[in-house]
Amino acid sequence: MTAETLVLVAVLLPFAGTAPIALLGRWPNLREAATLVTAALLFATVLQVHAAVAEGARPATGAFTLLPGLDLAFAVEPLGMLFALVASGLWIVNSIYSIGYMRANKEPRQTAFYVCFAVALGSAVGVAFSANLFTLFLFYEILTLSTYPLVAHKATPEAQAGGRTYLLLLLGTSIALLLPAIVWTYAIAGTLDFAPGGLLAGRIDGSAVGVLLALFMFGIGKAALMPFHRWLPAAMVAPTPVSALLHAVAVVKAGVFCVVKVVVYVFGIDTLAGNPSASWLPYVAGATILIASLVALRQDNLKRRLAYSTVSQLSYVVLAAAILTPLSAAGAAMHIAAHAVSKITLFFAAGSIYTAAHVTEISQMDGIGRRMPWTMGAFTVGALSLIGLPPFVGFVSKWFILDAAIGAGNSVAVVVLVASTLLNAAYFLPIVYAAFFRSPPAASQGGHDHGHAHGEAPLPIVIALTLTALATTGLFWWPDGALALAIAVGKG
Amino acid sequence: MTAHLPALQVVVPLVAALLCALLRRSALAWGLTLAASWATAAMAALLLLRVLAEGTISYHIGSWEPPWGIEYRIDVLNGLVLLLVAAVGAAIAPYARRSVAAEIAEEKQVWFYTMYLLCLTGLLGIVITGDAFNVFVFMEISSLATYVLIALGRDRRALLSAYQYLIMGTIGATFYVIGIGFLYTMTGTLNIADMAARIGEVQSTRTVLAGTAFLTVGICLKLALFPLHVWLPNAYAYAPSVATAFLAATATKVAIYLLIRIYFSIFGAAFAFEALPITEVFVVLSLAAILGASTVAAFQRNVKRMLAYSSVGQIGYITLGIGLASQLGLTGGIVHIVNHALMKGALFLAMGAVAYRIGSVRLDDMAGIGRRMPLTMASFVVAGLSLIGSPGTVGFVSKWYLALAALERGWWWLVAAILLGSVIALVYIGRVVEAAYFRAPAAAAATATEAPLSLLVPTWVLTAACVWFGIDTELTVGIAARAAAFLLGAGP
Repeated sequence: MTAETLVLVAVLLPFAGTAPIALLGRWPNLREAATLVTAALLFATVLQVHAAVAEGARPATGAFTLLPGLDLAFAVEPLGMLFALVASGLWIVNSIYSIGYMRANKEPRQTAFYVCFAVALGSAVGVAFSANLFTLFLFYEILTLSTYPLVAHKATPEAQAGGRTYLLLLLGTSIALLLPAIVWTYAIAGTLDFAPGGLLAGRIDGSAVGVLLALFMFGIGKAALMPFHRWLPAAMVAPTPVSALLHAVAVVKAGVFCVVKVVVYVFGIDTLAGNPSASWLPYVAGATILIASLVALRQDNLKRRLAYSTVSQLSYVVLAAAILTPLSAAGAAMHIAAHAVSKITLFFAAGSIYTAAHVTEISQMDGIGRRMPWTMGAFTVGALSLIGLPPFVGFVSKWFILDAAIGAGNSVAVVVLVASTLLNAAYFLPIVYAAFFRSPPAASQGGHDHGHAHGEAPLPIVIALTLTALATTGLFWWPDGALALAIAVGKG
Repeated sequence: MTAHLPALQVVVPLVAALLCALLRRSALAWGLTLAASWATAAMAALLLLRVLAEGTISYHIGSWEPPWGIEYRIDVLNGLVLLLVAAVGAAIAPYARRSVAAEIAEEKQVWFYTMYLLCLTGLLGIVITGDAFNVFVFMEISSLATYVLIALGRDRRALLSAYQYLIMGTIGATFYVIGIGFLYTMTGTLNIADMAARIGEVQSTRTVLAGTAFLTVGICLKLALFPLHVWLPNAYAYAPSVATAFLAATATKVAIYLLIRIYFSIFGAAFAFEALPITEVFVVLSLAAILGASTVAAFQRNVKRMLAYSSVGQIGYITLGIGLASQLGLTGGIVHIVNHALMKGALFLAMGAVAYRIGSVRLDDMAGIGRRMPLTMASFVVAGLSLIGSPGTVGFVSKWYLALAALERGWWWLVAAILLGSVIALVYIGRVVEAAYFRAPAAAAATATEAPLSLLVPTWVLTAACVWFGIDTELTVGIAARAAAFLLGAGP
């Protein structure tokens, strides 16, 4: 197959995979096998596309015209390649994890769960490979719609409320802000095709740049820039595999991916750098990083703390993109991958604790590391990576961003990065400390385990979180593949 | 034979209606309705094809030359509306059998089909005729039939709603005929084309201005432009399901067509929109409809009433396009006539299927229905997404054109308002989705089963059309753009 065909196959494969998953719903083993096969095939396809892209090809395909100027078309460039690799690779691991988690917790409606998951992954790949703003918007919306049932999955009043916030904020911002931005872009440029150097380059100036940038940045609600971040903590009512792959990887990364895409390929780095009206972005991103970290400090619910940590980490990517140098764009791309593997590990650990010990609050986790060494070991790896310590991948991306910030003389960014590193340590390390060094509460007073001892979570869960922890450190030692793509992004 | 297609277009349903009245068995009456509806749709399709190939058709009833005789005149615009009305009728006809049998007493069913066919006759007649007084005749035929159709609803409030509509509808028709009378005194003709040719000399006289005012108010009553919409919500809520779906998809659309015909074909865009403040009036009232009526919809607990208020809002989008009176705006308005007919038809048919199974369309009774009637509710979700304007559906296409038209004038606030309307639609559709899928099943819904095929297939035909024409826009947008160009260029 040519690289062009492979791109189409990669987008369509997860959608096609929903059919066997739905039809095999009555036989859970076969159904999960169908999910795993789809995930594996997708990853293999994406890897083959990568082989072509790594050699410098930029496969583009599928111009189907809806309306004059609105084409459904795909084109692969390094940033999308990186995002697709991360999302499809982690889908395999997450599917293994889901099998352990969904069965152990006896979750209802598992067939619908796996179907929605496949649709979500298909649309994430669609976002990654889109050749223009319209295609991007189309798959962006499908991604929101397909993940809404996953958020409201438990159908409790709490899950309904969470789902409502989720849908309203994500669809609301995309319709009320992102769509006008796209219409405006079309009215100015007469095209929506992404172009190296920016499709708006030379076509827009003055304060309109700042306004349009604001419409884009806040319209991309999935990037969780404050004040439109509330959907992410709300989405934590979902089963943990959803939080792990979708709300740490596919959905939120689609958001920051769009941000970087808009900065690099819609405006163009030079257009933004030369326009003072666009200079507000680093401040908003910096404020989001710090405020979200402070809020994370105050959360006792582990998943909520992780969610606020995600809000903060997403703005690293936005901040990096907003520094507006090739090096910072590379750092932004690298952090998409780095945060993905680190945060999915943390969520896997949180779900593992919930499955084995039925505990959700950090204050109940004293001494849990002794009973669940694999889980808490992986958690420690993810935490250290996000703080930015070697030998983990978080160090690599943070290094790039910091380097770019210093190089650009952006003192605000430097201060924010340093301060947030301290905050990251402040909200992650106490969990690690309590898990390993505090003594577990006596069964009579703690009561969380009802007197019976628990051990590690089911095997698929342990396998999955070990794999992602290994990836977190592996990408530090062998970052070449990801780094090559990230640097290619910086070159535009 | 083909030469007489324009006459047959109206004669076939009219004769069928008369035959229907003579029948005793409701099954036979339904069979006749089905045959007549399908024949009508086929004829409308043939006519449109001929117009597209050969240009405007002029047919002289009884071979009397216009302007003395009655002329049937079909151009791109009414060719499209003709096909829309006939096609929706053809799609709904198979649905009618079971739904009518469930909702209307046996002895009244024959009358239902008779009235349904008369209503179809009247609507087709309004669209096809080129004679302003003939329009009034057909308007009365369709209106009188509509009052009966609404009154046949099994809820006793249906009677009151029908009476309410009777009063308002009669005022509207009377205003229309007064307006035509004024124009007749000044031009001495009732033929629309002839009137257009003669009105140039007298168009600034008081008489013509007063006539315009009467025509505008009269037709706006019929098309339910805010604040003349008060008859609509109750009428739609309490009419039999089939009647609601048919009227929502066609009746208001035909009135909108008439308005376009009078503004653009008789007066011409130059007079109507430059000498008179029509743009200002329509933009303001349309905005009030889009924002106000949609907000009211969000508070309804009866889903049919909710959809009825949503109709008032959606009509606002169409009149907005007319008010903008540019190529883009008019294209958006005309294409939304078709698009809204498709999606509202699908939504009301889905609700008819729910009513068929559980006997109610109140939100509380529909709790949990999504799992019991998955196909019906899936159709509701897809058509609902179209109402919101999600990309890949027809709703997106309309809003894209309207937003571009607003931008063309530099009206930012209008783009914001158009999309704010979408967000409100998200709220009310979301409420139904949440109740149907994520609430504990209500008593009635718990034992419901999927609707029978004869209800499902028509619902899904319209739903599929919502997606099909959202992706392949050649037919709808292509013709709408031609019609817009024709209307804007054909002014005196």
